[in-house]
Amino acid sequence: MKYIDEFQDPELARRLLDDIHATVTRPWALMEVCGGQTHSIIRHGIDQLLPEQVELIHGPGCPVCVTPLEVIDKALEIASRPEVIFCSFGDMLRVPGTGRDLFQVRGEGGDVRVVYSPLDALRIAQQNPDREVVFFGIGFETTAPPNAMTVHQARKLGIPNFSMLVSHVRVPPAIEAIMSSPSCRVQGFLAAGHVCSVMGMGEYPELAERFRVPIVVTGFEPLDILEGVRRTVRQLERGEHTVDNAYARAVRAEGNPAARAMLEDVFEVTDRAWRGIGVIPQSGWRLAPKYRAYDAEHRFSVDGIRTQEPAECRSGEVLQGLLKPHECEAFGTLCTPRTPLGATMVSSEGACAAYYLYRRLDMPATKAQEATPVV
Amino acid sequence: MSDTTDLPVPALDVEAWTCPAPLRDRPRVVMGHGGGGVLSAELVQQIFAPAFGGEVLAQMGDAAVLSLGGARLAFSTDSYVVRPLFFPGGSIGDLAVNGTVNDLAMSGARAAYLSCGFILEEGVELDVVTRVSVALGAAARTACVEVATGDTKVVEAGHGDGIYINTAGIGLVPAGVDLRPERVVPGDVVIVSGAIGVHGVAVMSVREGLEFGVEIKSDCAALGGLVDAMLAVTPDLHVLRDPTRGGLAASLNEIAQASGTGVVIQERDVPVPPAVANACAILGLDPMYIANEGKLVAFVPREHADAVLGAMRAHPLGADSVIIGEAVEAHPGMVVARTGLGGTRVVDLPIGEQLPRIC
Repeated sequence: MKYIDEFQDPELARRLLDDIHATVTRPWALMEVCGGQTHSIIRHGIDQLLPEQVELIHGPGCPVCVTPLEVIDKALEIASRPEVIFCSFGDMLRVPGTGRDLFQVRGEGGDVRVVYSPLDALRIAQQNPDREVVFFGIGFETTAPPNAMTVHQARKLGIPNFSMLVSHVRVPPAIEAIMSSPSCRVQGFLAAGHVCSVMGMGEYPELAERFRVPIVVTGFEPLDILEGVRRTVRQLERGEHTVDNAYARAVRAEGNPAARAMLEDVFEVTDRAWRGIGVIPQSGWRLAPKYRAYDAEHRFSVDGIRTQEPAECRSGEVLQGLLKPHECEAFGTLCTPRTPLGATMVSSEGACAAYYLYRRLDMPATKAQEATPVV
Repeated sequence: MSDTTDLPVPALDVEAWTCPAPLRDRPRVVMGHGGGGVLSAELVQQIFAPAFGGEVLAQMGDAAVLSLGGARLAFSTDSYVVRPLFFPGGSIGDLAVNGTVNDLAMSGARAAYLSCGFILEEGVELDVVTRVSVALGAAARTACVEVATGDTKVVEAGHGDGIYINTAGIGLVPAGVDLRPERVVPGDVVIVSGAIGVHGVAVMSVREGLEFGVEIKSDCAALGGLVDAMLAVTPDLHVLRDPTRGGLAASLNEIAQASGTGVVIQERDVPVPPAVANACAILGLDPMYIANEGKLVAFVPREHADAVLGAMRAHPLGADSVIIGEAVEAHPGMVVARTGLGGTRVVDLPIGEQLPRIC
């Protein structure tokens, strides 16, 4: 792990922090787009080490958090069917739908399996020709290409019992929505490096120019994040607003052309609902018409689902950066990872989960005590 | 349908953003109830303990310490449901011995006798049963423990994963040894006996067909000898735990909560082998929560720490022992890590199982 150790080196981190401290002259609010970055920031205590003037606002980039309740409920409905083997990445299993989650479906007898690759689901379909195998295809531009390739393979190999429940989302329209909000406080973006490793940086210059906001492509290790903050703050202090790549070891300007070609073949851009946020135009992908036969929503009749959305959870505001997780009344009391009100508390990339897991020490004593699990 | 272009697109009303989902209850058992975290604890506290009652059970240690005929006996049981049955560095047979022997060792006792219950699935090959049994016998001899009684049941095909094993064990607790979390006091030094996360990643690598570039072998081993070496330095150790399910994080949290002290660890001092760190980074897992089968964590009075550490390092199973932190008065019941960069974070008890993330 030498490679990763180098990106957590305390001495190099100190130098970057010193530079940031020396650069900052006034308050700035930066948004890290990706939930993986949020967890890295909180887990390593990076926000504690930055100057007080630099506020990190947590963005909507957690694929689990933004998957709509309606889609979760559709997944629960499909996974409950006796003929179905429902395959998903692990962190979707604990996400609450209306009244239950995929773990509970499995406890009730549903065949729900954790896979490590969508191609595992395709293999399961080949091994179980008398069952219907459904893969839960969610996530940003990072997970979309392998999912697209899997559907492409299913069609190429003529595997009839495989389909995908698709709820993919795109980052740039979310940035546009955030910046268009009258209550937006974001002055600079740390863009998600893995998304850009697929899509490149071509979608960002127009956004940076239109909203006069610096966008710095940033990785996930502590030094990556500090470098992203350093470059963003430098631009802000100089009054600049360009797109900058601070993750050059993984991101090329053009992205990954093969992955993008696969996306364009299998998916088409569509309006998409984001959990807790609402519909953002052109912010998602669905299967293109020629792949409609592999669309689980098309294959299984799961219309007429009624979602129940109580008002206590404010994770929509958390996802937009309007509220810090611990500022929510329900945080650590009504809402814990054990009894999550929203996906942000249960997802491994959720901002509320990050604060709950790593930051209870900073909470008022009474609340921290309530939040401490009893053993 | 929320994703069709046929629907009118409402104006984005960010002021009204909510993420609503109802509170849930769990009417059925889920995998997390066996994960060694919060759900496991709730199962024991809310169902088993009230139903069984008893003062001894209330000790809630890995092994119960009993007074019987003038002797202090340690008594423990555990069931083994690992899949696959064979993995790099061991098998379910090794685990069934070492797991129970280690539970006893954490109370300071050397295991003397084991019981062994096999639950076999119809259809499992007798050759597999033989190989597991041979491994179990060999592990027992290595641990200097005798299998004294046993039982066999067979369940219908499809009702098991080939072989499940339950073992129970008894051993004598030496005079003057009293290992309980309640004895932990601020200032105690926290020692781990070597690299963490190895067993869990080794099993995961074969169970899920994942390849991490280098083979990772389980650390499965019986720790009675190592504990003997530590007690030879001083019987005044405060508490020992073998961090199995839930990993090092769960053990530290259990001790912090039962003792009412806080625990602070230096994250960079926690020994994580590069291969384990690699595998965890790929899967989005935290090595602190990964199961171990041949490691222990010890809370030792500061004045004995150097001598105990020396004795551990002189033993083959403790050669890489290292101090990772201390018990503190601050934040009672909580475990806090000082990060490599100089920040702090809470190290929480896991809820259930760790789940590989999406990206």
